[in-house]
Amino acid sequence: MPVPILKQGALLIATLQDALTDKDWLDFQFELTKLVGVHRSTGVILDLTVLDVLDSFATKSLRTIAEMVKLRGARAIVVGIHPDVAFTMVQLGLTLHGIETGLDLEDGISLMKHPTEFRSH
Amino acid sequence: MQEIRIPICSDTDIVAARKLGREMGTKLGFSSSELTLIATAISEIARNMVTYAHDGVISFAAVGTTNKRGLLIVAEDKGPGIADLSLALQDGYSTSKSLGLGLPGAKRLMDEFEIDSKPGVGTVIKMIKWNRRQ
Ligand SMILES: Nc1ncnc2c1ncn2[C@@H]1O[C@H](COP(=O)(O)OP(=O)(O)O)[C@@H](O)[C@H]1O
Ligand SMILES: [Mg+2]
Repeated sequence: MPVPILKQGALLIATLQDALTDKDWLDFQFELTKLVGVHRSTGVILDLTVLDVLDSFATKSLRTIAEMVKLRGARAIVVGIHPDVAFTMVQLGLTLHGIETGLDLEDGISLMKHPTEFRSH
Repeated sequence: MQEIRIPICSDTDIVAARKLGREMGTKLGFSSSELTLIATAISEIARNMVTYAHDGVISFAAVGTTNKRGLLIVAEDKGPGIADLSLALQDGYSTSKSLGLGLPGAKRLMDEFEIDSKPGVGTVIKMIKWNRRQ
């Protein structure tokens, strides 16, 4: 199932749907980096609220997406990681490296209003 | 509870396998965070099957006694096998430029983890999560 990507002003908001397959992740990666250029977006929020599993493949895909978005000149913020998922990621040894995170979509949008320097990573 | 087997041949089967694991785990009364641990371990093992062995089968079964119940997950493939198991179980070791956390991570997420692999024959992984709330 493709990931819906909404344009809201200078932002793109991608709300991940239940259980992406590996192919969905790759399609999403290319679609998103393409749209950053099409809409000249300055920020991308990746909302993972519905994801019940973030394994090593998904984590690697997220890191790639965030890095690609950054290389396209926009900022990426990941929001909505469920507490159980966060717990599992720590046990598994998965980290999001320098990717910015927020509690939920609202938090992500308000973070986008502040320059990156306000948060150290 | 009956044993359930699911063939794993593609990335959509990985998603199906972890859904099935969640269903079985729910029936056994696991907490939501334990279900997430189980589903994630299944995801890692199933993905390895598709990536390295092309395909395989995962089976689920309830194990234990009435006061100690658990979910047994057995993953079996006839792929190339793993030559050096201790290396494959090290954090960060990967032959596919991936994160190398699948096997060691799944071992940490589950309570019991056994791996038997012979080069040219295949790989069998047995893992159990015990329900601590009983
Ligand atoms: N089912 C399997 N069949 C053959 N080789 C495997 C299998 N599962 C894992 N491996 C080997 O073990 C290594 C470590 O696996 P894993 O910890 O999942 O890391 P990753 O998949 O990120 O490389 C793999 O790179 C691969 O070489
Ligand atoms: Mg792996």
